[in-house]
Amino acid sequence: MDYTPLFLSLKIASIATAIVVIIGIFLARIISRYRFPGKRILESLLMLPLVLPPTVVGFGLLYLFGKNGPFGSLLLDLFGIQIVFTWFGAVLAAIVVSFPLMYQSAAASFQNYDVNIENAALTMGASKWTVFWTITFPLAWPGLLAGLVLTFARALGEFGATLMIAGYIPNQTETIPLAIYFAVDSGNMDAAVFWVISIVAVGFTAILWLNWWSGRNILRFTSDK
Amino acid sequence: MLSLKIKKILKAYTLHAVLNVSEEITVLTGPSGAGKTTTLNCISGLIHPDSGEIVLNDRVLFQEKEKPIPVQKRNIGYVFQDYALFPHMTIRGNINYRMKDIKLVNTLVNVVGIEHILESYPAEISGGEKQRVALVRALATKPEALLLDEPFSSLDDETKEECQQELLRLHAMWKIPIIMVTHDLKEAERLGDRILRIEQGKIIDN
Repeated sequence: MDYTPLFLSLKIASIATAIVVIIGIFLARIISRYRFPGKRILESLLMLPLVLPPTVVGFGLLYLFGKNGPFGSLLLDLFGIQIVFTWFGAVLAAIVVSFPLMYQSAAASFQNYDVNIENAALTMGASKWTVFWTITFPLAWPGLLAGLVLTFARALGEFGATLMIAGYIPNQTETIPLAIYFAVDSGNMDAAVFWVISIVAVGFTAILWLNWWSGRNILRFTSDK
Repeated sequence: MLSLKIKKILKAYTLHAVLNVSEEITVLTGPSGAGKTTTLNCISGLIHPDSGEIVLNDRVLFQEKEKPIPVQKRNIGYVFQDYALFPHMTIRGNINYRMKDIKLVNTLVNVVGIEHILESYPAEISGGEKQRVALVRALATKPEALLLDEPFSSLDDETKEECQQELLRLHAMWKIPIIMVTHDLKEAERLGDRILRIEQGKIIDN
């Protein structure tokens, strides 16, 4: 049994999650606190990958990051990086499809408490940075962690967009979902069953843990005397 | 001494506030939406007026066309209507968040009688206790002025009176300008050295 798809999937999902968490928290924080023209349109665009078929996302990425695409040619000329048909492409696909999950969780958790709690800290003399790390982040933490777990689970399961932009290249872009598809395609049912069971186990564990953990933490701040 | 002369254009009206507060308790009353909280927010620096000037003890906090002193550097205590305690910190954590002097904190804690709840979380204490914690937390930073936004509005009559007495006691110990917003005229008369009415964004001195 070749375990490469497992390691490849974990690598791609971890990198994608790290990037999505940072960008998602940053954007959610800014967008949830400020009002500006076009806010609803921007939010809708950020959430769009959630409802689009992954093939559409894959098509868009292929267009933008293909060798002749606007970003693809730029990256190739400047840094010599090729996105299409490499594991970078798989990371990119995972980022785009899982982003809305992180963004939604983060935006909700930043709006979940009274803004005067942060204002109180500011009037007491704390810098904005201190307020973020001592007030905002701990209060939003349960929601942010929920977003992180969902993002990771979604990134791990990404198939359609990955296949379109990264293709199926054994040992390079063969993540677990792709391994399942091509194992079934070539009649290798034992391998397919193995990967199906392992990805169901990972996904189920993540969601189960998340439900248990968030239930416990929501209780902590809201149980009144 | 806190003095302000500010103008801020709001949706429904323009706020004109002219106010000089020495080391006394000034009460601001008036109907909802008249600009009471907006005035406090301008003084604290959470929002900025469109024009005018705010001066606290010879320190210019806001002046038209100049960069305003940010909220963190104003050294003005603010007790919010719903107390805004940090729910994830104990009462001790709340009070010590930016405290400047542990002796002072111990004195304050003794005066208002909250020693027994220092290790509790805000969700575990009563409304009156929350109010006292919010007051102590604001004073622990040694502010040069104190703003109170309807600080007793959600308390029952008995607790309200106790808390009002404590505020008077603290103010006697600690002479700083206090501006308090309230709807309750009885409370205004009991606490205020001066009562000002604000209507449609205009402060009327009576």
